[in-house]
Amino acid sequence: MHEFNEPLITAWQLVAAADERLAGIVLLSLRVSLAATLIACIVGMPIGALLAVGRFPGRRVLIVLFNGLMGLPPVVVGLLIYLMLSRAGPLGAFGLLFSPEAMIIAQAVLVTPIVAALTRQVIADEWSEYREQLRSLGASRTRAAATLLWDGRFSLSTAALAGFGRAIAEVGAVMIVGGNIDGVTRVMTTTIALETSKGDLPLALALGFILIAVVLAINAVAYALRGWAERHWG
Amino acid sequence: MSIWLTIDNLGLTEGGTRIIDAVSLSLSAQRTLVLGPNGAGKSTLLRLIHGLLHPSSGALRWSQPLSQAMVFQRPVMLRTTALANVVYGLKLKGCTAHECDRRARQALAHVGLETLAKRPARLLSGGEQQRVALARAWALEPELLILDEPTASLDPASSREVERIINEIAAGGARILMTTHNLGQARRVAEEIVFIDRGRIAEQTPVAEFFKLPRTPAAQDFLQEEMP
Repeated sequence: MHEFNEPLITAWQLVAAADERLAGIVLLSLRVSLAATLIACIVGMPIGALLAVGRFPGRRVLIVLFNGLMGLPPVVVGLLIYLMLSRAGPLGAFGLLFSPEAMIIAQAVLVTPIVAALTRQVIADEWSEYREQLRSLGASRTRAAATLLWDGRFSLSTAALAGFGRAIAEVGAVMIVGGNIDGVTRVMTTTIALETSKGDLPLALALGFILIAVVLAINAVAYALRGWAERHWG
Repeated sequence: MSIWLTIDNLGLTEGGTRIIDAVSLSLSAQRTLVLGPNGAGKSTLLRLIHGLLHPSSGALRWSQPLSQAMVFQRPVMLRTTALANVVYGLKLKGCTAHECDRRARQALAHVGLETLAKRPARLLSGGEQQRVALARAWALEPELLILDEPTASLDPASSREVERIINEIAAGGARILMTTHNLGQARRVAEEIVFIDRGRIAEQTPVAEFFKLPRTPAAQDFLQEEMP
């Protein structure tokens, strides 16, 4: 019990003291995962809406594809992005490998299918309700998709949230393309993995607490927002 | 009014079932009500005419192109204000922001909802939502207004209000094509009744005549059941 208590106390002290190293890691994590989620929403939500509303050849194949890609293993995404960004790769000229930008790209790729697939479900439900009315008013399918994205904005926060949850919690992709460089590309999950293997439990634990707290806080905010939206807009 | 729509041998088959079966019809009355038992194909016929469904066979021949709007049984409101819901329909037809806003406010005033213009549409009562839907349709100034049981889920007071609005839209010159289960309403609104049974037109009769003595046994049975 003693072995568990002591790191716990040290962890708490680190958090309470707002340790500089700790803060840097947490902020980088948030920056990378929020940026990746934002990109995933900008790309994935229109794709999801068009998959729900559109009528084009290959639509069903794409739906299955995006649903399948929801379970994409982070290490595989990391490896693919690594190959693209490495010096010999097609995007090697940009010199992005082992930078926060590379981590953002990897997480965005990982999360976009999740956002797209969840958006498609939300918009498909809305479409079945709105379809006749929107067609009666003369809305094109693209216009209908845009309308439903706006109309479903509060329900879609769940899709964004699921994407963010996935991004902030994954370790494989950022580890490979970021390289876990101290002070540069070291985020919460990669630090936890590293410090645990080194036996430095307090820092790992402190980060674990913060990770859980961040995810809970963001979920709470989103839940409150949806509740408010439902009372306000029905 | 002269004939504005000729329906020629229209059919719709879905999954082997004939929902609309060789319907031929000439519509010339300004206010036509489609009556018939549940599942007769009333709503389907309206959707075919509005263009929401494509016929499996036959054709619609319009004497002249008519601008249309449709009001559904359950009003579909976007998660925004009542006013923005009306503006949305206008914007799709293309008008300047200022003009859209002016016409939308005018339409809301016509349905007696100007004071609720800024309220979230989905939080309005069912009757108020249906009036917003009517305003949305009215603002488009349609030459043909199609209504699919617009009062089916409303209380009597809201129904009367909706009926008043429909009559007012008709008084503005729009053609009305509507279904209802409320025979009193059919009698008050219609000039002509189209009675439809199992996907076929049973009869097309001026309203007074229809309620006095329908020509077909199917319509006679229907009236007897609906008005004991």
